[in-house]
Amino acid sequence: MDFLFSFTPLIPLFPLLAFAVIVLFTYRYNRLSSDIAIGSIALSTVLAWAVLLATLLGGEHIQVEGWQLRVPWLPAGTTVLDLGFAVDGFTAAMLFMVPFVCLMIFIYSQGYMKLGQPDQDPRYARFFAYISLFAAGMLGLVVARDLVLLFVSWEIMGLCSYLLIGFWSFRKADDEHHIDEAQVIRARKAALKAFITTRIGDVLLFSGIALLYSYTGTVTLREIFRPETLETLQTISLLGMPAVTVIALLVFGGAVGKSAQFPLHVWLPDAMEGPTPVSALIHAATMVAAGVYLVARMLPLFIAGFEVADAPALHWVAIVGAITALLGATIGLAQDDIKRVLAYSTISQLGYMMMGLGLGSLVAGIFHLLTHAFFKALLFLGAGSVIHGVEHGHHVAAHADHVHTEHFNPNDMKAMGGLRHRMPYTFVAYLAGTLALVGIVPFAGFWSKDEILAEAFHLWRADGALNLPFWVWLAGTLGAFFTALYMGRQLGLVFWGEPRHTAARHAHESPSSMTIPLIVLALFALLFGFVNAPFLGSPLHHFMGGVHEASEVVHAEAVPFNFTVAAISTVLAVAGLLLGWLLYRNYRPGQVEPFQVVLGPVFTLLRNKYYIDELYQQVIIRPVVWLSNFCFNIDDRWIIDPFVDLVGAAGRVASDIVRVLDSVVVDRWFVEGTAQLFNAAGRGLRYSETGRVQNYLLVVAVTILLLLGLYLYF
Amino acid sequence: MAIPLSWWLTVAAALFAIGLYGVLSRRNAIGVLLGIELMLNAANINLVAFWRFITPQALTGQVFAIFVIGIAAAEAAAGLAIIISAYRRRRTVVVDELDTMRW
Repeated sequence: MDFLFSFTPLIPLFPLLAFAVIVLFTYRYNRLSSDIAIGSIALSTVLAWAVLLATLLGGEHIQVEGWQLRVPWLPAGTTVLDLGFAVDGFTAAMLFMVPFVCLMIFIYSQGYMKLGQPDQDPRYARFFAYISLFAAGMLGLVVARDLVLLFVSWEIMGLCSYLLIGFWSFRKADDEHHIDEAQVIRARKAALKAFITTRIGDVLLFSGIALLYSYTGTVTLREIFRPETLETLQTISLLGMPAVTVIALLVFGGAVGKSAQFPLHVWLPDAMEGPTPVSALIHAATMVAAGVYLVARMLPLFIAGFEVADAPALHWVAIVGAITALLGATIGLAQDDIKRVLAYSTISQLGYMMMGLGLGSLVAGIFHLLTHAFFKALLFLGAGSVIHGVEHGHHVAAHADHVHTEHFNPNDMKAMGGLRHRMPYTFVAYLAGTLALVGIVPFAGFWSKDEILAEAFHLWRADGALNLPFWVWLAGTLGAFFTALYMGRQLGLVFWGEPRHTAARHAHESPSSMTIPLIVLALFALLFGFVNAPFLGSPLHHFMGGVHEASEVVHAEAVPFNFTVAAISTVLAVAGLLLGWLLYRNYRPGQVEPFQVVLGPVFTLLRNKYYIDELYQQVIIRPVVWLSNFCFNIDDRWIIDPFVDLVGAAGRVASDIVRVLDSVVVDRWFVEGTAQLFNAAGRGLRYSETGRVQNYLLVVAVTILLLLGLYLYF
Repeated sequence: MAIPLSWWLTVAAALFAIGLYGVLSRRNAIGVLLGIELMLNAANINLVAFWRFITPQALTGQVFAIFVIGIAAAEAAAGLAIIISAYRRRRTVVVDELDTMRW
């Protein structure tokens, strides 16, 4: 079955080709374009699953050692930069999830972007081109053998996130949509914000890669992780730390940007300005997963740094993850936008993944990444379905009343309510996603979240003191409660109670191209957790746990199922879910929010996202703007422009002098003088022209005789 | 006995001088044309004489002479046509009166 591995390079290639074909040839034909995109990702899914099958059948050898293909790409001096492909257990596990979730999202997009409807999105084909490129980026990242391909794919995703978050910044206002200018501007700002914020991380990552290359002379991941290489990196000192720690922290910086970890998480909630399938794509299968994947892939570096005293790069991963998990979950309590709640939920869940990795457990983090991808894609697509339904309801209601003036935000949960009867499939799917996210047995999220918490708990008990794992566990458990709370609130607001707006009253179920992916994903949200269920012997651990064995620093053993941990988190989850649901299911419009009653000023703090955006505005953006203005003034007002003006003035004076010289000396003397000379000569000589042929001939004859005489004489 | 080259050249020079005199002094345009013919034939005598005495093995001198005769015929035809045309316009063939090219 090993021949199946040779298909690996094709996995990212198909969506890439789809992108090229749509952009170059078929962009005029909407249905054809989306069919190409869906077909290509379906092919990738088939190939990826074939590779997964080969890995499964290949046994421990393949799962640990991996298959690889070296492609010498760029000769640089004495070395050649490689751009190869590799598959091991870890990659194969990712290959199960990424193309499949992408496929579901692509199919869903066909309905969401309203193919064939009168109000179909004007840039429909382009949308499918972009998401194909996005998928190609993520797949390329996953199958990368070398840091070069990894970084290229990483940047492709950065570009695509920019293009897609700002996708509606070109949407034209018309009678049907009456899109306001404000939305267009918000989309542009969100796209820029995402791009620039992740760029900070990208620069750090690139520095890390450059350092790695300069110290080890290779960009191939498996070679970097060889024990002797890691040992060398441990002994080199850089900035008072071992080089390996510095590099790990730089790489982590990249992951912080891409995976929206505190303090670079601010771009992600704003990214909700993009179309909902994009949110699902970014938050589930691709972009944010890339950061976690990177840290997991580079885990030997982190752990090697950890082994050297006073250099706990790994601790920072855990700390940042814990902070992010709590931060995201608490902010999620106070948001009104259905997608923003999910965005903060994503931030928080990514924090969990980082926590798992920060505790040194590859499998715990990645297991949560995989389950989260399924249920978060499900939740986002569900939210998109809700928005779609409510928008349609608004449309219907507006047509019935013949008024279209009112400003209406279809994302506002407070304008929804009672949708469980109107959108039954969406409701059931959404409920499955919620239960998975909150972590109720036997949904997927339970198993994965529990594994992270059990890992922390285990490490705490092994030590006994109030050490870092304890705080991580505490943050995770509290975060689980808050997660349940905001999801209970969301369920209550969206699906229970009475419709609080005419739009919600007229909402209807979405087309089958949207509901079928929802149902499929719901099944995965229900069942996927069993791939690593402890009572089945933690199969995922055996499958991918060994990929870092060769580095001799990562030791993956499945933590035994801990009943205490599971019980505590389940009780808290159920309590939170019920509490949120009870408080909000009969929420009336205009009523003070129950959470606000309980929390008071804290609620305002949460609603304003801890004022982090405002803080950045004051601390970073304003100084930058001031600096720009300062530079502008130096340039435009004070130094450079005046100097430029001076040079210009000097040039004018010089040119005046030259002009006088020119008009007097050149023009009058030379040019006109020459003409006058010839004119006068002509006047004098004209009398020699008698017009008589014989005179002329006489002159000729005499001249010849004279010349002849001269010739003979001399 | 052969006539030496210098004699031929002298005859040719005399013929040329007569032709030139005719060209410069005749008032009738046809006379001027006749003078030109004399000068051309003087040149022909030179060509043939040089050929005969210097490069008798090559035919160039003769060929040149034939060319000159051909050109002289064409020139005479063109010249006479011009004179007829001028006569038709000006009712005269006196070259002194054909002075439209004057300043």
